[in-house]
Amino acid sequence: MILVWLITILFAGGIGAWLSEKLNPELPRVIALATILLDLFLVVLMLVAPGVLGLDSASQAELGQTGEWLILSSSEWIPRFGVAFIFGADGLGLLLITLTVFLGLMSLGSAWNEIKERTGFFYFNLLWTLAGVIGVFTALDLFLFFFFWEVMLIPMYFIIAIWGHENKEYAAMKFFIFTQVSGMLMLLAILMLVFFHYQSTGEFTFSYFDLLETAIPDGFGFWVMLGFFIAFATKLPTVPFHNWLPDAHSQAPTPGSVILAGILLKTGAYGLIRFTIPLFPEVSADFAPTAMLLGVISILYTAKVAFSQNDLKRLIAYTSVSHMGFVMLGVYAWTSQGVQGAVMTMLAHGFSAAALFMLAGGLQHRIHTRQMDKMGGLWGVAPKMGFMAVFFTVAAVGMPGLGNFIGEFLVLLGSFRISIAAASLAAIGMVVAAVYSLIVIQKVFHGENKNNLVVEDLTTVEMICFGLMMIGLLWMGMYPQSMLNMSEPTLRSLGVLFFQ
Amino acid sequence: MYSNLIIDLMQIIMLTISTVVVMMTTAFKRDHGLISGLTVFGLFASLLTFVFIQPVLPLEATQLLIIDEYSLFFSNLIIVGAIGVALLAYPYFQNHNVQNEEFYILLMTATLGAVVLACSNHFVSFLLGMEMMGVSLYAMIAYPVHAAKSAKFPLEAGVKYLILSALTSGITLFGIALVYAYIGTMGFDEIPTALEAAGDLGPVFLIGVLMIVAGAAFKLSLVPFHIWTPDVYEGAPVPVTAFLATVSKAAMLAVTLRLLLVSNAIELNVVTTVLTVMAAASIIFGNLLALLQENVKRLFAYSSIAHLGYLLVIIIAAAKIPGALSVEGVSFYMLAYFVMSLSGFAVISALSNSEKEYDQLADFRGLFWRNSWVSAVLITVLLSLAGIPLTAGFIGKFYIFTTGVESELWFLLTMLIIGSAIGLYYYLRLIYIMLQPAEDDTNDPAAVSLPLGVHAVMAAMTAAIIYLGVYPAPMIDTLQSLASAF
Repeated sequence: MILVWLITILFAGGIGAWLSEKLNPELPRVIALATILLDLFLVVLMLVAPGVLGLDSASQAELGQTGEWLILSSSEWIPRFGVAFIFGADGLGLLLITLTVFLGLMSLGSAWNEIKERTGFFYFNLLWTLAGVIGVFTALDLFLFFFFWEVMLIPMYFIIAIWGHENKEYAAMKFFIFTQVSGMLMLLAILMLVFFHYQSTGEFTFSYFDLLETAIPDGFGFWVMLGFFIAFATKLPTVPFHNWLPDAHSQAPTPGSVILAGILLKTGAYGLIRFTIPLFPEVSADFAPTAMLLGVISILYTAKVAFSQNDLKRLIAYTSVSHMGFVMLGVYAWTSQGVQGAVMTMLAHGFSAAALFMLAGGLQHRIHTRQMDKMGGLWGVAPKMGFMAVFFTVAAVGMPGLGNFIGEFLVLLGSFRISIAAASLAAIGMVVAAVYSLIVIQKVFHGENKNNLVVEDLTTVEMICFGLMMIGLLWMGMYPQSMLNMSEPTLRSLGVLFFQ
Repeated sequence: MYSNLIIDLMQIIMLTISTVVVMMTTAFKRDHGLISGLTVFGLFASLLTFVFIQPVLPLEATQLLIIDEYSLFFSNLIIVGAIGVALLAYPYFQNHNVQNEEFYILLMTATLGAVVLACSNHFVSFLLGMEMMGVSLYAMIAYPVHAAKSAKFPLEAGVKYLILSALTSGITLFGIALVYAYIGTMGFDEIPTALEAAGDLGPVFLIGVLMIVAGAAFKLSLVPFHIWTPDVYEGAPVPVTAFLATVSKAAMLAVTLRLLLVSNAIELNVVTTVLTVMAAASIIFGNLLALLQENVKRLFAYSSIAHLGYLLVIIIAAAKIPGALSVEGVSFYMLAYFVMSLSGFAVISALSNSEKEYDQLADFRGLFWRNSWVSAVLITVLLSLAGIPLTAGFIGKFYIFTTGVESELWFLLTMLIIGSAIGLYYYLRLIYIMLQPAEDDTNDPAAVSLPLGVHAVMAAMTAAIIYLGVYPAPMIDTLQSLASAF
């Protein structure tokens, strides 16, 4: 039940924030903060002292699952179609929930001073997006999963469409249509899967556990798998489905970009790891070379595109696609190191991309432009900002000692055993990453302050956010084992290849 | 025996009595408030009689009508829709200087026709109901023709509907005659045996069947019989548009589905082929043309064409899967579509009156900030029409996908996905327009205070959309039991 509570608290907090605006426009953000802190408290409790919450193996036994599920709960919803509320979290789920709640807090921090208009509705959308994402990470009924998949979409649409920048209509529309159409393909695939399961067993069910063993008639497996793959590859995103991302990220307000880059992209990767490959192991194995190729193309192509951007947020957005290429590569290598690396990349990229978007958003808030050729020499006027920019840039590039390095290194290690060519090409991506990252620092912070820009340095709230994210990245880089230990049992039960 | 018959027909009898009462009262005292109150009361009374009908189900009330759970469901839906329309009509015609009372009589007769249609089990009652509804609608559509400053074209819409509707009635009648000539029966449930007895039937019989299908397709505004829809939707006063979109569609759909399933016509290859073509064309053309609209009523008209196309997918599926599942799906989708449409037109009606209708896209600019409640209702409706979870529209779309996958209609499912993708664009565009900052608008339509009736319709329908989307299990159980008869 604790998972349901996490989601309910966010839903309720969102409504509370919306309603409270009438009393005082300052109130919504306070309510949002309280809501997220409460959730964070519960998440930490789950990680540190699960016994306090009464979490034990009893709830698993009820469902007949004795695997690695830490928390499971189930109740009926639409018995006619075998749809049920099945929520569960294992190590991987818990890691991603923690990431979600933590980055929710960060995006709240970035909204704190930036969002001045219609605050109630804004925080409502923010909290509901988070609720949707947690739902995605915990739903184990495919109907329920799809439900949350869409629930996280609409508030995000509102965030972009209302508080976005100059070209928000186009960006919001594109974001919605890409995700929704690919989602519909997934719905079709889910229903086909359920139908095939019904044909072979005579039982209607959307339960993940039941569907894992579905026998799919010859010739259909690939298409069903493709429905899932396209939905997740669009969200991840990977070339050629990445087109929505640069627009959505650059037009969204800073908190929106933080959530998009930090959390929403990870739902795509999560979907691949949890659903696409375990549900269709054989077809996926045949498809893996194609997927890995797409991953490599993503890494190299978008890195090059990123290099040619002048819009700071677009540049960061393209680098996101590039980094997500590593995730695709690692996941489809389906070896222990590869998938572990993908998980680490997801977590670390969540932090570094969120931080970079906060910096870019902060800059835009201060000097009202995202064009890098209008900036320059900002280190002199805003040294704290410069330092943070350098830190998170080198983190994103993959500096040893920080989280991203662990992730990408493991991905290369894991995929090297499967395809030497793919791993070697992907490694080039890390070199290109250094080029496009350093150019940002050079253009924005070094050189001469041509336009005599006066930039207010980071505020206390921002410093706290960046500080927390620095600690997170350092932890991931220095002590990754703490996270690898959590995700390992999950990956084993999903059937990832472990080499001794 | 006879007492059962009377109880079963109580809804129809009650509606007839109410119609007469409204008519008589109008003859003696013209009072808009009184008449509209009486109408709503009469409709409510007819609705409530279903409590008594329940125990004696199902029963063939004469050869013409059948009262079972299925017909009762649709009758109730129709009457609820009529109540909604009556509630919307009152504020709409309030400032209308010409006599308004006859409108309610027409509304009652149209509703009566619709209920007869939903209960129909025979070609005679089919035609009777269709004509009763149609003839009342001609007058309803053209009703505000004398309004001094009416910006729209009610007369044009009325005449257009009259001519085309009369033409299709003729075609339907001819089709019925052809079918009767070959198999010698007009009762739906006698058709299968008569068909078997008649053996191999020639093309003329099939042409007859297709003529009847064409008649139904006209009322359901399926491509290529959709031409009237946008003009009539735009020209008619909003409450009548709401009636056309909800009651008239639901009644026609109820009888069409019954006819197709009971008579086994759905198993004829020609019929499924024709339906498939119409479904695909409706989905694609409806959605594509909706993209170009600047008028919200026209937009809803094209979107309704597309949605009826979606519905047709479930009906076509009945050729391969058990009829019960198809009936269940159609009923649910129709219910969902019904509440969405009624709610949507309630919003337009909330902004309009017989003098001026605020139905241009530009009129909705900034509505979310001017009047959050009305615009929240419309956003819910649009999201539901787009089939987003948490709304009734999603469960409806879920039924389409389920039945489509089970009967392996891959072509139609592809059309459905393409159509929905296009659909998203114009639904979102309207939402986006409402989210825009409000311009300085002196004659702000939303500033007018609304009567309770319109609020009640919007609140009830929005609640229904969310309830059906979040917790559909009870309604699904009901529909499952009513569908089990097929």
